Amino acid sequence: MDSGLSDQETGKRRIPLALKILIAGGFGVGKTTLVGAVSEIRPLQTEEVLTDAGAGTDDLYGVEGKQTTTVAMDFGRITINEDLQVYLFGTPGQDRFWFLWDELAFGALGAVVLADTRRLADCFPSVDYFERRGIPFVVGVNCFDGAKRFGVEAVRSALDLDPDVPVVLCDARNRQSGKVVLVALVEHVAARRAERVAAT
Amino acid sequence: MRSDAPGHHHDWLDDDAGPVVRPYTMTGGRVEPSAGRFDLVAYVVAGPPYEDGDDDPQPPPEHRAIISLAQQPITVADLAADLNLPVGVVRVLLGDLLGNGRISMYDPPTSRQFPDDDILKAVVNGLRAL
Ligand SMILES: Nc1nc2c(ncn2[C@@H]2O[C@H](COP(=O)(O)OP(=O)(O)OP(=O)(O)O)[C@@H](O)[C@H]2O)c(=O)[nH]1
Ligand SMILES: [Mg+2]
Repeated sequence: MDSGLSDQETGKRRIPLALKILIAGGFGVGKTTLVGAVSEIRPLQTEEVLTDAGAGTDDLYGVEGKQTTTVAMDFGRITINEDLQVYLFGTPGQDRFWFLWDELAFGALGAVVLADTRRLADCFPSVDYFERRGIPFVVGVNCFDGAKRFGVEAVRSALDLDPDVPVVLCDARNRQSGKVVLVALVEHVAARRAERVAAT
Repeated sequence: MRSDAPGHHHDWLDDDAGPVVRPYTMTGGRVEPSAGRFDLVAYVVAGPPYEDGDDDPQPPPEHRAIISLAQQPITVADLAADLNLPVGVVRVLLGDLLGNGRISMYDPPTSRQFPDDDILKAVVNGLRAL
């Protein structure tokens, strides 16, 4: 912790624990809907300075010459108890906002990758991203009306998932259904922990 | 794009990208906080609120707003949402306040053991009870 104040000044207030869960998936797959179904959702403005990635990063031309763009992100909070909060961050669907992901993913408990069986390939980049970084994730298959029902196993093999990655059918509009997806993720995280402990 | 002069049209931006803005006026043009980058779920705790005539010159209204919101522990993301300011702007302001000794910052734990089983169980039970 970086403390600017003495304990006396902060009154030794208890600092809650905040857990981060990412809600990812392709464009229009239901990320905002899911965050809104299970938590009080608010928009969060993040912004990026439009420097050309890779080009001499620390060059010295003045900040006044730089432009930023705001990117709205979904942001929801679930209060478990006084000392424990779960934060949901809906990642921007467009590929060009990948640069926001690394920050979001840092220290995250895990992720929900939403998939739409009509456009399954849209979630490949998200699956890839979390696999590469060893971030635990579950796949939520959002059952849009009119979409052909695919079995969980069909989705699993189409996405070439590790056998232990949970795949859950869901309706992102439904709170109960959204809760089931989040519970599946947290239980998956716990199971991975247990395995790691057993392996050492 | 590399050779673009600053301020040129960025062709990867379209209507979805939101307005190109200059929200950094209130930070004096600074885009990086003076003290590191604060995690979105780092908690901010403020010291005593400003009192009139406390400071000379008067603290900017954004500083006052943060100090008043952070009388209870509040995350960086919550602050940004409450203040309706971009996260980057809030980070710069927090850097100033940290420098002034007005706030404390508490980063989320990063150990591989975190969160432990008891916490995960509490989360599962809490989610089920929602
Ligand atoms: N039938 C049905 N419609 C859904 C479901 N989930 C989302 N929708 C609808 O699909 C549309 C897109 O949902 P959003 O939640 O905005 O999707 P998103 O992933 O946030 O979209 P972007 O942020 O633009 O990438 C909305 O009109 C939702 O009402 C679902 O489970 N079933
Ligand atoms: Mg959305």
